Amino acid sequence: MRQFSQLLDGLIYTRSRNGKLDLIAAYMRDAPDPDRGWALAALTGNLDLKAVKSSAIGEMIRARTDPVLYEMSRDYVGDLAETVALLWPKREDQPAELDDGSLSLSAVIDRLHAISRAAAPDALAQMMDHLDSSGRFALLKLATGGLRVGISARLAKTGFAQAFGLDVDDVEQVWHALAPPYTALFDWAEGRSGRPDPEGTPYFRPFMLAHPLEADSVDLTDYAAEWKWDGIRIQIVGTGKETRLYSRAGDDISGSFPEIAQAFTGHAVLDGELLVRGEFQGGEAASFNALQQRLGRKAVTAKMMDDYPAFVRLYDLLIEGDDDLRALPWEQRRARLEAYMAQLPADRFDLSAVIDAPDFEALADIRAGARDAAIEGVMLKRRDSPYVAGRKAALWYKWKRDPLTADCVMMYAQRGHGKRSSFYSDYTFGCWTEDGELLPVGKAYSGFTDEELKWLDRFVRGNTVNRFGPVREVEKTLVLEVAFDSIHDSKRHKSGLAMRFPRIARIRKDKPAQEADTVAGLRKLVS
Amino acid sequence: MAHWIEPHPTGIYVRPADAWIDPSLPQERALVTHGHADHARGGHGHVWATRETLAIMALRYGTASGTAVGYGEEARMGGVTIRYVPAGHVLGSAQIVLEHAGERVVVTGDYKRRPDPTCKPFEPVPCDIFVTEATFGLPVFRHPDTGSEMDRLLAALHAHPDRCVLVGAYALGKAQRVICELRARGHHDPIYIHGALERMCALYADFGIDMGELRPATGVPTKDMRGAIVLSPPSALNDRWSRRLPDPITAMASGWMRVRQRARQKNVELPLVISDHADWDELTDTIREVAPTETWITHGREEALLHWCMTHQIRARALALVGREDDEDEG
Repeated sequence: MRQFSQLLDGLIYTRSRNGKLDLIAAYMRDAPDPDRGWALAALTGNLDLKAVKSSAIGEMIRARTDPVLYEMSRDYVGDLAETVALLWPKREDQPAELDDGSLSLSAVIDRLHAISRAAAPDALAQMMDHLDSSGRFALLKLATGGLRVGISARLAKTGFAQAFGLDVDDVEQVWHALAPPYTALFDWAEGRSGRPDPEGTPYFRPFMLAHPLEADSVDLTDYAAEWKWDGIRIQIVGTGKETRLYSRAGDDISGSFPEIAQAFTGHAVLDGELLVRGEFQGGEAASFNALQQRLGRKAVTAKMMDDYPAFVRLYDLLIEGDDDLRALPWEQRRARLEAYMAQLPADRFDLSAVIDAPDFEALADIRAGARDAAIEGVMLKRRDSPYVAGRKAALWYKWKRDPLTADCVMMYAQRGHGKRSSFYSDYTFGCWTEDGELLPVGKAYSGFTDEELKWLDRFVRGNTVNRFGPVREVEKTLVLEVAFDSIHDSKRHKSGLAMRFPRIARIRKDKPAQEADTVAGLRKLVS
Repeated sequence: MAHWIEPHPTGIYVRPADAWIDPSLPQERALVTHGHADHARGGHGHVWATRETLAIMALRYGTASGTAVGYGEEARMGGVTIRYVPAGHVLGSAQIVLEHAGERVVVTGDYKRRPDPTCKPFEPVPCDIFVTEATFGLPVFRHPDTGSEMDRLLAALHAHPDRCVLVGAYALGKAQRVICELRARGHHDPIYIHGALERMCALYADFGIDMGELRPATGVPTKDMRGAIVLSPPSALNDRWSRRLPDPITAMASGWMRVRQRARQKNVELPLVISDHADWDELTDTIREVAPTETWITHGREEALLHWCMTHQIRARALALVGREDDEDEG
């Protein structure tokens, strides 16, 4: 357990992305099997344990120590797992700060798998006695089901890939064919066996992404234009027997949108925008906010599906049957997609139209005219572009509507005043530096609805990592799309930037924090 | 009991001696336990303290009228017998033992129970009233063995020969202790120090504390500090000053580092739990050992210690002294 708990501590204290990757890579190389596989599952959020309730942990610590001292400690430290890990009084004959080595990570996982709710406090207590404070912290984080060490699944996979000189996209491709503790993955990585074969499983393919358009225009003989929809990017993967839906980050969100997964029975991989039917977006798609109601829910009620009926607006076909189309030019894939549409039920799937414009000026007019429809902007796709993972220069561009926007990560929140005084309504947000650190770039306290404010307030309270008087520091996981009129150089801020009239345009629950914008990217918008 | 000694928000007043212990306002007659600024203020008429504490105060506030009191020496002051006993906190730190009217009061100032190569160890003195600090008065504070923390520091240093380890350490006490602990572990390379540590290190050296070769970190080419340990006051850790160091690993030596979020708040990558204050076990063990009739708790997280005393049938009260708020940098 010690190796794993030291890894977690390292990830907590290390600020730079590269530093975190080095730690993960070193662990993946050095730790024994099957521990490292379980660690990889824990870091990527694929550890499926029945979470031990925090009340069980409270019961466990109260049985061991003075409840008043526990409450005082909890008040001071804040985090339950950390309080209990630090406070845990070992039995008289054991030194407090020693991991006796008797518990491996996999042994801990095995016990947590087998644990019943009633037996949880005792079983946990028994394990606690063999660990040092870091080990106890790691154990409690595993048991309560959230490591919260500030890394994404993607970063963990990147660290794994780095350990063995693999390409992370290659890892991503085989990932969904595998299950913890990923024995086949390590066998492949260390050359003991061939690449695991993901065929026959509905695994995720990395998305093709777009750069913001910076040039003044592009030639529409080279580029096709489509609307950029205000929904959630989604990948539909069907094997003919099973269908899964993946989000931008490669998370399986089939459970949140079962009606879509059930309506698709084909053998294909498609790329599109998940939307909710409603009165916006040309009378067909409800606002992004309506879609938010459906996100992040593991179980969906029939009422939710009725109130917010989901459908997918398709714009690319990656694979049809056994035919991988990704190397083909966009025009050919588009033709295949249009032909494919016929077999899909129209209430769940439609086609994202290509905008018919003779030249770029005309397109600009059309884009400006679309101002009232809840359309995010325009996508420009090179007609001969293959479908390639990630952001490749000059293939796809996103041309968002004014005002300027940036995807930022919430860092701090402060209580508002007046009628908002009980809500955390003032948010400081940041963008990434080249070193993978977040730097604050602005502060906003408007732009959201009352409903959204309630949600944001709950997020802040549930994800606080620190308190400084009236200010809370939060887990750096929530992406806020911030709209602003202009951005300027500023000596007052560490980022060297100051936004004019920043406001929260949208809450991007679907977007991984790692994919938020960079300080360097913002700098390009300086006027 | 002991009506001759009075706690006030600005210090502890010893009535028959007409003297204040660690007063936060200038007083005619001050008895000072040790040199940290929240205990030793400038501007008093006359100060009684150890020779070391007087020297530290002179360094900070300029020379003032003072009487040096050696450890163990007895002095009489208005019918009160006064004795200074080692507190194990920093160089020159003392507990003040007062006897009057058949009662004995011990005022610890700040103290710790673990070995410290830069000062004499704490001596427990049985007493009627024990006035204790409670900086780390919560059971989550259990300082690990100093050796294991120093080993982690050296391991980080050796694992990154192209970087330096920048250790934030309080200028009086912690910095010199960390240097001496490093020397005791066989680390004899020059250690670079921030300008704000120079005078205090020189003072320690004058009192015979051997810290090996110390070099000013200012004006040194960056490359010379690769693979070296650099010490600065905690306030300089994230300061412009540290930007010219070779890719520093930021460490901090403090009891507060026990709590992860405290370390993250300060952007510390290598938290070293090394404290000059008693941890929870030391506080409670010491109270048991000196077995006072009554315990007064001066500053820190007094609530928890008060509760502990209550559940152990020890009479206790919390004194609300001003100016002794959490000094995050000390600890």
